[in-house]
Amino acid sequence: MLFGFEWDLSSPAAYAASILPILLIGMWVTIQATVIGFIVALVLGLVWAVLKAAPFRIISWPATVMTEFIRDTPLLVQLFFLYYVLPEYGIVLPAFMTGTLALGIQYSAYTSEVYRAGIEAVAKDQHEAARALNLTPARTFTHIVVPQAVPRIVPAMGNYLVSIMKDVPVLSVVTVLEMLNVAKIVGDRTFNYLVPLSMVGGLYLVMTLVASAGVRLLDGWLPKQGIPLK
Amino acid sequence: MNDPIIKFDKVIKRFGDLTVLDELDFEVGRGEKVSIIGPSGSGKSTVLRILMTLEGIEGGVVTVNGEPLWHEEGPDGLRPASEAHLHKMRTQLGMVFQQFNLFPHMTVLRNITEAPVKVLGLSKAEAKGRAEELLELVGLADQAQKYPHQLSGGQQQRVGIARALAMRPNVLLFDEPTSALDPELVGEVLNVIGRLAEEHDLTMLLVTHEMRFAREISDRVCFFDQGRIREEGTPEELFTDPKEDRTREFLKAVLD
Amino acid sequence: MQLTDYIAPLMQGAWVTVQLTLYSTVLGAMLAFASGIGKLSRNRAINAICVAYIELFRGTSLLVQLFWLYFALPLAGSAMGLDLRLPPVLAGVLALSLNIGAYGAEVVRGAIAAVHQDQREAARALNFTERQTLWDIVIPQAIPEMMPPFGNLAVQNLKDTALVSLISLGDLTFRAEQIRNYTQDSTTIYSMLLVMYFGMALVLTVMMRGLERYVTRWRRARS
Repeated sequence: MLFGFEWDLSSPAAYAASILPILLIGMWVTIQATVIGFIVALVLGLVWAVLKAAPFRIISWPATVMTEFIRDTPLLVQLFFLYYVLPEYGIVLPAFMTGTLALGIQYSAYTSEVYRAGIEAVAKDQHEAARALNLTPARTFTHIVVPQAVPRIVPAMGNYLVSIMKDVPVLSVVTVLEMLNVAKIVGDRTFNYLVPLSMVGGLYLVMTLVASAGVRLLDGWLPKQGIPLK
Repeated sequence: MNDPIIKFDKVIKRFGDLTVLDELDFEVGRGEKVSIIGPSGSGKSTVLRILMTLEGIEGGVVTVNGEPLWHEEGPDGLRPASEAHLHKMRTQLGMVFQQFNLFPHMTVLRNITEAPVKVLGLSKAEAKGRAEELLELVGLADQAQKYPHQLSGGQQQRVGIARALAMRPNVLLFDEPTSALDPELVGEVLNVIGRLAEEHDLTMLLVTHEMRFAREISDRVCFFDQGRIREEGTPEELFTDPKEDRTREFLKAVLD
Repeated sequence: MQLTDYIAPLMQGAWVTVQLTLYSTVLGAMLAFASGIGKLSRNRAINAICVAYIELFRGTSLLVQLFWLYFALPLAGSAMGLDLRLPPVLAGVLALSLNIGAYGAEVVRGAIAAVHQDQREAARALNFTERQTLWDIVIPQAIPEMMPPFGNLAVQNLKDTALVSLISLGDLTFRAEQIRNYTQDSTTIYSMLLVMYFGMALVLTVMMRGLERYVTRWRRARS
């Protein structure tokens, strides 16, 4: 029994049907972790991008090294680091929060590159035109660069959303009850891993297909030349 | 014309709704040098691309050396050609491309020897000997070990000609061979083509915008317009005394 | 246990990580080529198999794949009367290569599709067969385009090897976990671990750049 649901081992089909509600509870945790991790990655990535673009090397250089370091080290080890080291300095977070924070930090290194590339692609073309029109740098950024950069950024960010979803099972090592962990526990108790783990694979396919379709839909809906300003 | 080496019989070619060749009849004799001129989009290059089997046809029959190119003799008459048939037919044809299309990852020598070795089964030494002769012919004997990007456009096109000749085709097709070149490099390529025309009994079919050159080297010039041959004749007839208004307009526009 | 006592077990683990990375990257590259080329095949069966493989492994999570191969496959095997129990090393290498191979397949397919049509036409005019055109003309020109994304995938693969510690394979992360359980010195041990992975990633990046320079040497010939 898990989350109040009993399993029925009389046949593989009955087994699958009986543990589906349990796996769906795990799936809900997976989705929550994905969304929160993604938001952290979007916000922190923007911070990195701004720091890396800073005109002073004393700011931009450490930010560059830091994002390189984050990008080149495993999520699992970063997660262990946060989970075991933060409490030594008095920061005690629930496992779920630590896990989503680790996801967000890992992917912030990737999203910062997306911001940089998206903004640079627009800025190069349009910077001179904006200067010729005598717009202030701030106005250039908010009215010229951002509306045009967003359609370029969205598809790449969407791909990272799907990647984050696929990395959520790593959080199982710090006891987060996401879908894979739930399936593993069911398997441990029933000595039958085949059905729950195969179901997790199938449910993952469904989730990534839906998420990818959503990203494509959003991408198709965004005007390629930029968001029109009234 | 007795025993033409190339014959188009009511050939139709369409790209979607656009009819590029409209029941084209066209012949080239053995050893003949024929230039095709005409406005862009008139289907000139398509004739060459069909012969090189880069484009299929929608109707009619093309024969090369008496054998249908895009068809095979079947039990109930002609049927569409198999890849094996096309492979056999291609041995008679060679092509020089507008953009040269050299293989960028191979040296000049390898560009010329690769197909003779891999396709014709020549030994490496034989192929190398053949390539060196051809490089001599096109005046690039000292460039054999360079890569295409290290050569000028004119030199690259001369390698392109040597590469096509290395396969010993009966018919050599030139698809606007100087259109992609800077003006000062056109001459060296035309010189090589002109020498080939003079010294070899190769059949040559040339699509070009170089009117003076077409006039010099051709036995016959065809004016293409809207998927058909509007007018053809010796260079003298066509350039000095065109019969058709369309031909006159075109020549006036390009020669002025 | 002293700080210097950490070194030996960590080095042992690092060596396992290096081997895992090497084997799974090489095997993954082979899978990437096979399925990337297969996806472009006109043979329906080959095409379907390659598309199914790529979508299955890109659409699910590496850790799910690893657990499935290690925990579920033996049960699937015994249902068919086969012994499909894999030793952790094999399960680890297999999961890593199958996963990275599926991502690499898209790189291979994209790079091959990006080779200009003119090159295929020139090859056809010279009467190369389709197979000769692919291996002689198209792929040698596509490989340089594959190298930067392959470099990223290799580093990704190195990072992913850490997950095999979860099926008790004695890689770098596994050894570090053992030491931490013993000493409870989390800050030191995890800092060392992160730095070691970073160092290995830098070395791997340099090696991939070297490989890239090697396969693109014809582009740099100067007159």
